[in-house]
Amino acid sequence: MKADPRGVLTGEHFIDGDHACCEGALAAGARFAAGYPITPSTEIVERFAARVPTVGGTFIQMEDELAASITLQGAVWGGAKAFTVTSGPGFSLMMEHVGYAAMTETPCVFVDVQRGGPSTGLPTLPAQADMMQARWGSHGDYAIIALCPNSPQECFDLTIKAFNLAEEFRTPVMFMMDEVVGHMTEKVVIPPADRIEIIPRKYTQKPAEEFLPYKGNGAMVPEMARTGEGYKFHVTGLTHDERGYPNMTPQIQDKLVRRLQNKIQFAADRITLCEEENLSDADVVVVSYGITSRVAQRAIDQARERGLRVGKLRLITAWPFPQERIRELAGRVKAFIVPELNLGQMALEVERAALGKAETYPLTHAGGGVHNPEDILRAIVEARR
Amino acid sequence: MQLTEIHIAGFGGQGVILSAMVLGKAASIFQKRFATVTQNFGPEARGGACSAQLILSDSAVLYPYVTHPDILVVMSQEAFNRFTPELKDGGTLVVEQDLVRVTGLDGKKTIKVFGIPATRIAEGLGKKMVLNSVMVGFFTALTQLLDADAVRRAVSESVPPIFRELNLEAFEQGFKQGKVASGKGGTELELQYTAED
Repeated sequence: MKADPRGVLTGEHFIDGDHACCEGALAAGARFAAGYPITPSTEIVERFAARVPTVGGTFIQMEDELAASITLQGAVWGGAKAFTVTSGPGFSLMMEHVGYAAMTETPCVFVDVQRGGPSTGLPTLPAQADMMQARWGSHGDYAIIALCPNSPQECFDLTIKAFNLAEEFRTPVMFMMDEVVGHMTEKVVIPPADRIEIIPRKYTQKPAEEFLPYKGNGAMVPEMARTGEGYKFHVTGLTHDERGYPNMTPQIQDKLVRRLQNKIQFAADRITLCEEENLSDADVVVVSYGITSRVAQRAIDQARERGLRVGKLRLITAWPFPQERIRELAGRVKAFIVPELNLGQMALEVERAALGKAETYPLTHAGGGVHNPEDILRAIVEARR
Repeated sequence: MQLTEIHIAGFGGQGVILSAMVLGKAASIFQKRFATVTQNFGPEARGGACSAQLILSDSAVLYPYVTHPDILVVMSQEAFNRFTPELKDGGTLVVEQDLVRVTGLDGKKTIKVFGIPATRIAEGLGKKMVLNSVMVGFFTALTQLLDADAVRRAVSESVPPIFRELNLEAFEQGFKQGKVASGKGGTELELQYTAED
């Protein structure tokens, strides 16, 4: 299905990543946002609040992040595509409802424009230290999808992708920006609506009496029912059966939680996106994401100019993690270097996936700025020794 | 256009960030080149230190920050003191001459210095607020990095309609002085070019 042209600001714009994310959400069909604005994500909802009335939608500034993150789910069950926007401290508060969205299979998008933490940390400065929180932040077992844009253009393109993945897998999708990408201004090309592919919500065709809101179809993703068309069902965070009614037996728990996990893990090959360069001859691979991937690119280019065989693997999806690709590379490269604006989060995944077949060197940075490309270059040189 | 690093710095409220946005927009939207703008500012709305970094290039910009600017535009003494040491050897320094005293530089670097009383010119036009458009005009004529009409269009589209004419007039005033300054080629490091010379 093509995008609704009313929400698509076709043209070339010189805008920052936050504004581009907002335009991506509108193009994807988001017509509801609830938020508790926080730096450096504020510009997203600021723009959404101004723009959405012109296309027929609502923004509500809530009393806090708990309210924001559950209100948007009400809007989804009411038929809207919806999202919320936050940064570290708010993301922490939203974790309970990330779990609720995972458990109730509510398709929605959580945007986290990462800043330095923990706690209030560095409100106006970047970090990438919420990556594990995005994966494991809520209690219980579930799988998640998380995307990491590295430019304003990707903030637009991948926000649409985030909404599409949310609908396809009926899951909350984490959109993991960082302060630099959010506040960086570049050209963003917004194509005509008829060139933007939108995945619509999968509504059941079954009659009301046969509809089971939590019975997975072939891909383990249940269909939804359109509110107000006579379908009766129950939405609960309690362990529930295929009808949606609470049923707290180990058997039902096992069946439900495994499906929540497997519907994403079994499709990981299809979901994961990486940008790769020069991997065929590489003996060292730099694995990075978000703003750090652009900083790393400079070091990689410098290293290749010196004749060093360095490859690039950029995580566009952090979750599901492309573990098969890392595992395959680990068999033929010497080392992975993982620069990130945290004290080593995705580096743990790289190390886990490499199964000891290649060394993993985390290149940590506590946030508040970006790496010096020369430090990455030095790490590349040292890793080849 | 080779990769050109530009750093614009001053106080919050001087239109520092908008200046970078205007130049970036002219380059990337109207001249089909690549431009990346990043910015630093404190929590203050006005009066705090504020700076914007603009990178212009013919190919996609990867590293988004300025490391050694080719061109430094400073509109406050604090910005001058803080950022001038980063200026590239052979680089260009543009100052708001009433607000910046060019002193104590490392003489080993050869840089060209150009000054303009942008605030005074803006006040002469009736609104101090448009000093950034004066500066953008001055910059455009001086550096010849960008097509003047592209920048005019970017100014026009970046300010509220009610202030469009005023900003375009401010641009022209700065542009005129920039042409004169460019003809004179700037001054040596220790000296300061003044627009009235």
